[in-house]
Amino acid sequence: MGFSNIIVVDNLPVVPPEKYEKLENVVRKIYSQIGVIKEGGLWMPTHPETKKTYGYCFIEYNTPQEAELAREKTNGYKLDKSHIFAVNMFDDFEKYMKVPDEWAPAEIKPYTPGENLLKWLTDDKARDQFVIRAGTFTEVYWNDARRAMPELVYQKQYWTDSYIQWSPLGTHLATVHRQGAQVWGGDDKFVRLMRFAHPQVKLIDFSPGEKYLITYSSQEPSNPRDTHRVVLNIFDVRTGKVMRDFKGSADDFTTGGNMGVSGVSWPIFRWGGGRDDKYFARLGKNVISVYETDTFSLIDKKSLKVENVVDFSWSPTDPIISLFVPELGGGNQPARVSLVQIPGKEEIRQKNLFSVSDCKMYWQNNGEYLAVQVDRYTKTKKSIYTGFELFRIKERDIPIEVFELENKNDKIIAFAWEPKGHRFAVIHGDGPKPDISFYTMKAVNNNVSRVSKLTTLKGKQANALFWSPAGRFIVLAGLKGFNGQLEFFNVDDLETMATGEHFMATDIMWDPTGRFLATAVTSVHEMENGFQIWSFNGKLIYKISKDHFYQFQWRPRPPSLLTPEKEEDISKNLKRYSKKYEQEDLDVSNQVGELERKRRTQLQEEWQGWVAKWKQLHEEERAYRMELRGGEESDKEEEAEYKEIEAEELVDVTEEIVAFDLDQE
Amino acid sequence: MRPILMKGHERPLTFLKYNRDGDLLFSCAKDHTPTVWYADNGDRLGTYRGHNGAVWSCDVSRHSTRLITGSADQTAKLWDVKTGKELFTFRFDAPARSVDLAIGDHLAVITTDSFMGNMPTAQVKRIAEDLQEQTEESALVISGITGRINRAVWGPGNRTIITAGEDATIRIWDSETGKLLKESDKEVGHQKAISSLSKSLDWSHFLTGSLDKSAKLWDARTLTLIKTYVTERPVNAVDISPTLDHVVIGGGQDAMNVTMTDRRAGKFEAKFFHKILEEEIGGVKGHFGPINALAFNPDGRSFSSGGEDGYVRLHHFDPEYFNIKMLQLRDLPSTPERT
Repeated sequence: MGFSNIIVVDNLPVVPPEKYEKLENVVRKIYSQIGVIKEGGLWMPTHPETKKTYGYCFIEYNTPQEAELAREKTNGYKLDKSHIFAVNMFDDFEKYMKVPDEWAPAEIKPYTPGENLLKWLTDDKARDQFVIRAGTFTEVYWNDARRAMPELVYQKQYWTDSYIQWSPLGTHLATVHRQGAQVWGGDDKFVRLMRFAHPQVKLIDFSPGEKYLITYSSQEPSNPRDTHRVVLNIFDVRTGKVMRDFKGSADDFTTGGNMGVSGVSWPIFRWGGGRDDKYFARLGKNVISVYETDTFSLIDKKSLKVENVVDFSWSPTDPIISLFVPELGGGNQPARVSLVQIPGKEEIRQKNLFSVSDCKMYWQNNGEYLAVQVDRYTKTKKSIYTGFELFRIKERDIPIEVFELENKNDKIIAFAWEPKGHRFAVIHGDGPKPDISFYTMKAVNNNVSRVSKLTTLKGKQANALFWSPAGRFIVLAGLKGFNGQLEFFNVDDLETMATGEHFMATDIMWDPTGRFLATAVTSVHEMENGFQIWSFNGKLIYKISKDHFYQFQWRPRPPSLLTPEKEEDISKNLKRYSKKYEQEDLDVSNQVGELERKRRTQLQEEWQGWVAKWKQLHEEERAYRMELRGGEESDKEEEAEYKEIEAEELVDVTEEIVAFDLDQE
Repeated sequence: MRPILMKGHERPLTFLKYNRDGDLLFSCAKDHTPTVWYADNGDRLGTYRGHNGAVWSCDVSRHSTRLITGSADQTAKLWDVKTGKELFTFRFDAPARSVDLAIGDHLAVITTDSFMGNMPTAQVKRIAEDLQEQTEESALVISGITGRINRAVWGPGNRTIITAGEDATIRIWDSETGKLLKESDKEVGHQKAISSLSKSLDWSHFLTGSLDKSAKLWDARTLTLIKTYVTERPVNAVDISPTLDHVVIGGGQDAMNVTMTDRRAGKFEAKFFHKILEEEIGGVKGHFGPINALAFNPDGRSFSSGGEDGYVRLHHFDPEYFNIKMLQLRDLPSTPERT
């Protein structure tokens, strides 16, 4: 098209010839800044009789890019109160003129059913899936505990260029490539559902309700002294459309807190408000920028100003942000923790804290409790002691309870809320074998809920806590220096169910139902790569070796569709429901036994064939061997049959030595 | 099983060999001094002094009169088992490695490493009954192998010599002419160096262990691959049970490349596999370093392991070990209890 470098600027003032030159200069000045206007490229037509301008002009640049840029930058430009530029590409006029006057209804395409994305939840054996990445292969398996083995669902070599990740409700498997990310799903065949273009993408993150996918890339600057250029895209997962992008230098996206390898802590945007995917927020310098997905812009068009904020955390279920501001001015302004309600941005709870050296926030997964771990300096500033501020979010006025360990100088090694429960576990202590204490939030004292200790386990080889996602059970794990110790603990009865070990385990993951635990040794270690599957009470079910083992991820499940009442009913009548499955289990184990037995019998028979053949050959060569031995009979395997006959035969045979010029003078 | 710890070697173990009667155990190590022990209680009987380098392997004659050893000091030596006296020395141009006596004990095959431009060889020497007649002369020299030969043994009836080593290929040679008769299939064979080889009682099949973390069972006459046993660690030593359908496999990191700084305390294990079903049936832990040598007692009631840690561990099997055999024919144990 010959006119793609021309723009039309409308809503110019209508001026008489006297003012023509002045207006022309103003327009020229504005538009020369954006690009080079072609010689004679500015034309402001005038009425042939009145000689006044019509109120628009044409500007011709040398390239279509300049014209596009000019349009982008000046459309909406306010010359004065009543003249706001309306700028269009010249070619667009033709496009819009071509719209037919008659409206023709859209063609209705026949309905093609899409993939059944939830097929995996209908497994009649109620198994869970997991994906593993080892070597160049990515493989999805059923965890078949009954048969003590994994059953392959789908595998593909070079499925991903870097890593893979399930979406939070398990519907999609995302893969990461040079050109962008892709998601796959459906039943057993994992078809490609959508592509998200983002060259050089490094990291991805789903929103909790799976509506959106955020992709991140960081580009090396051409000038080594500049910082990396960061690009973030937010895609609608179903349509693949880019809802919003963020571009900037790496400095714009790193603030306080943890700095990852590339200088940013991922995910940069944290989703809030549960599975509705309504809000996402990020930490900035002295601000928390909270966006809403209705408009993909900042709530109220501005960020939440919080001077010196260093960290924030969403409630997992409600649109509430907890944030932490450290101490300022050598103690003049105390540190504080605040709870802020979104979208209103009201501070609903706040507490000042004194002598704080550090602070960590832990939300319970139902949003019922928030624990703020506060490390404080002693008066002499020589040592640190730790206390907790426990917020009861769902109670009126959000009461805060201050709580300290019996020995408040103990270092806190790990802290974890019970999922869906009212308890928490803490690993604390300074020695090589720390203690583990369990507390409940629900002890009642004078009609007020207070935190109370349930028990302390002393001297454990553990440095990490893994609660079952259903609560009630926990694995106390000793990773790294403890080399893979595992203790399966029942928190209801406060007793150890079993202990086990997966030497050098690097990762520990519960399946989404809390029935099984996976422990893995990844390629961080050179040898013994692979994973093991355990029952929730500590019984090793099976183990698989996989060299170059990079990832193991259980497939998440969407929340149960049962009402709480129905769940309780099933719990109460478990015996009745489980009878049916017990019979099924028995049938399966008989079947398995039968198959196995067949296989083994076949192998044994095959082996007997070999042995018979060898025996025959061995017999044939017997005489030969006797010669070699200077006449001695009995081969090794006939030890039991020593007979006196041997001695007699010796004499005979000596004369017959023929083989190998042995004993020749 | 009650293990008996035998600490006599200053350096890592390299080889273990029981005598035919099963009452003596010979151990070789990098410390130059092969040692003989009572196989029942692990008491040390004596040592054979004379080598100036690591001793890589040994073999003992049928009647336990003569011992032959191969050493990095470029010699193989003949010893009187009972007195410990050095009887004869075969000298080579390169370190000697593997030694194996033929049926009848009148021949031995000894391998040499590549050294100063010399290629590895497997050499056949005659062993004379009467020492006066013993010469260093080779009856046969097999060359043409580029990788180090880790084991060379006699085939059934002394008709063949079987070699295996760094190049992961097993070769069968005619023992009279030295001609190459067979080579193992590269596709199904080992993918990394073969570290060890052990023959069945009747020489009909043999087991090889490799740094590719597997052990393979072969037909000794046809070189057909029969079984494969997969482990998680490079294999340094293997042996076949003389009485039951078991094989034992041991290893750890390649003895030269122990880089793991957080060694397990006593967690290196000898793994037992069912020979026919290729399934792991159990393991015996205890060594503080990779296992370099394994040997079943000819009576099948005990076995010993030698480790990088310098220890020899002697295990007499518990009664349960012998009952494993029966489980094969009965039903599988029931599936794990449902939670």
